[in-house]
Amino acid sequence: MQTEGYRDHPVRSYVLTGGRAHPTRNTLRPETLLRAADDGGRDLPATAGRHERAVLELCQGTLALAELAAYLRLPVSLVTVLVSDLVDAGTLVIRSTAAHDLPGTDLLEEVLDGLRNL
Amino acid sequence: MGFATSEDARHLSADVDRSVKVLVVGAYGVGKTTLIDAVSEIPMLRTEEQITTASVGVDPRRGAKDTTTVAMDFGRVTLGASTALYLFGTPGQRRFWDLWAGLADGAVGVLVLVDTRWLEDSFEVLDQLEEHSRLPIAVVVNQFPDSPRHPDPEVRRALDLPPETPVVSGDVRERPHAVAALVALVEHALRRQGAGSVAA
Repeated sequence: MQTEGYRDHPVRSYVLTGGRAHPTRNTLRPETLLRAADDGGRDLPATAGRHERAVLELCQGTLALAELAAYLRLPVSLVTVLVSDLVDAGTLVIRSTAAHDLPGTDLLEEVLDGLRNL
Repeated sequence: MGFATSEDARHLSADVDRSVKVLVVGAYGVGKTTLIDAVSEIPMLRTEEQITTASVGVDPRRGAKDTTTVAMDFGRVTLGASTALYLFGTPGQRRFWDLWAGLADGAVGVLVLVDTRWLEDSFEVLDQLEEHSRLPIAVVVNQFPDSPRHPDPEVRRALDLPPETPVVSGDVRERPHAVAALVALVEHALRRQGAGSVAA
């Protein structure tokens, strides 16, 4: 009834993330854009698992965190922890400029223009 | 795996360096995924979180250790050269939003889909939005082929909406209608910012 990724028992997620339930940063949101560093993937620590490698492979182009989770069939909460580690390691970069609490007037006007031109 | 090259159609253009989001909420079957699919430039995506049923208070007879899955469907559209708009279709109940850290933070606003045949299904969603978030809201009346047509003022009265909340009607399968709903929401968000800066 569920996709394979979700049959993982919660304990398994805990192991995948090295025993941590929370990312090392709180700037990651589902829409945060990510991309592998130019030399991304070459300097992966020996401890990197297949999920870390899959994240970097998918991020050869720009993708949002939520897209990454969907393609990997892993929960966003888990991918956030993986991504956070890879950003700390310098192999993955946050592509989107820091989001503020609320989008400013300039950004909203750009979004409006963009929508009207669709 | 070898499928992720820079030519990968799933990737955003290299010029995109900014993302914004809109939440799409509404009762089950009201057309959230239909609206997202109508706007999205990529095939609809889904991501799921597991929660224990005990934490949401559903059917305790099945035992506290049971888990259930809460899904979020989403899509994306690139606006202009450098901005990606994400549309996250989330369960209407506010408590589920917290499953995705930062989901509501920084959102442009919320599109609330309603079906005039089951208007009362929207009450809980709207109440919770008013109580627990300060995000701008636009109400989208999804015109199903067999749903009765109600003038927007009637819907506004029935849902007890504040006068400034936009109400738009349309068939959300049609891209122009779905986009018009987004335009109404962003215009509303802009008006609110204008009002906010005057008040501040």
